[in-house]
Amino acid sequence: MRHVFSVRIGPIGFRVGSDWREPIDQLRELYRYYPSPNLPDFTVRLEATRPWRRLVRPSIRIAGDYTLPEAAPLPLAQGLLAAEMAMNLQLALGGRRHLLLHASCVERDGRALLMTGESGAGKSTLATLLAAKGWRFMGDEFALIDPETGLVHAFPRLISLKNAGIAAAMAAQPDARFGPLLAGTPKGDIRHMVPDGLAVGAMDEPARPVLLLFPRYGHAAETLPVRGSEAFVRLTQASTNYVAMGEAGFATLTRLVRTVPAQAIDYPDGAAAVAQVEALWRTL
Amino acid sequence: MRYRAPPAEALLTAGLDAFTAVFHRPSGITHLLASPAPEILTVLADEPLDLDALLARLADRFDLADADRAALAARLDELMVAGLVEAA
Repeated sequence: MRHVFSVRIGPIGFRVGSDWREPIDQLRELYRYYPSPNLPDFTVRLEATRPWRRLVRPSIRIAGDYTLPEAAPLPLAQGLLAAEMAMNLQLALGGRRHLLLHASCVERDGRALLMTGESGAGKSTLATLLAAKGWRFMGDEFALIDPETGLVHAFPRLISLKNAGIAAAMAAQPDARFGPLLAGTPKGDIRHMVPDGLAVGAMDEPARPVLLLFPRYGHAAETLPVRGSEAFVRLTQASTNYVAMGEAGFATLTRLVRTVPAQAIDYPDGAAAVAQVEALWRTL
Repeated sequence: MRYRAPPAEALLTAGLDAFTAVFHRPSGITHLLASPAPEILTVLADEPLDLDALLARLADRFDLADADRAALAARLDELMVAGLVEAA
């Protein structure tokens, strides 16, 4: 490939090759303070859909070990989004060293809070709100559970803000670094935010999970315990590689739900959710 | 008809409150079972049994005194569909 960028995000190394310079320059700028991997775990390629489409109405096709056949090509202006999507996809489908949970994660005093839920439940928003309160941001896409130790490893990739979340995050964290506004993507407007210095500086430090949260936005504030069996079922569905992990996935997930309490929180707004989380945390 | 369950080493189990999570090693499939399904698997892992013998063994070992023959047959059908029990 003409242009190449390598980065390590937590324990995962990526190598991104591109037919164009722009997405690589953007990645290099936004991941400026991240280390380089010794050996990449995954390779991603941003290719022109046809040789001439490198120059004429540039159109990006994502290639790598894992691809989604129905994924539509993206215009070059959305190259950063294509790279991020491709990196997530390789890890989601190819990761075998950790049980991957589609969850956000924050840490305080070496103890981790995992938040999972359907798209729109607010797990990313809650993680960034808690980070603004001094918690360490460990990731808003995947929590990586180590089958050997049961510890959660950070994966603090760029935070993908969407639509109304963009202005909210920029107001809450005006000093943060942001990528270009990507308007009119298949997911609406998207803007990437670089995790804060604490998140990047401490990303090699795993944490012990002590609380599982299933947040749900748009309801009156309520906190209810979730039984281990229900948490288990929900987390098998929230994992992208539970089946592929086989026995290790079963052992890792059953240990998690047997040792870590789970709570469902409904919340009307971010401030209420933060208060609910802080109240739960004090009971641990 | 006699019923047979996989040997104990073919299954990984973990108790989760009222349920038992079971990982079936040969298929790689995870099941979440409620009583008396885990007890059925435990008894049948020792030796294949027919319905009446199984009913007696369950009553004996697990104090399932109210176990009913038709209900047990229904549970066995479910476990056969799930691939955890087969005809011996």
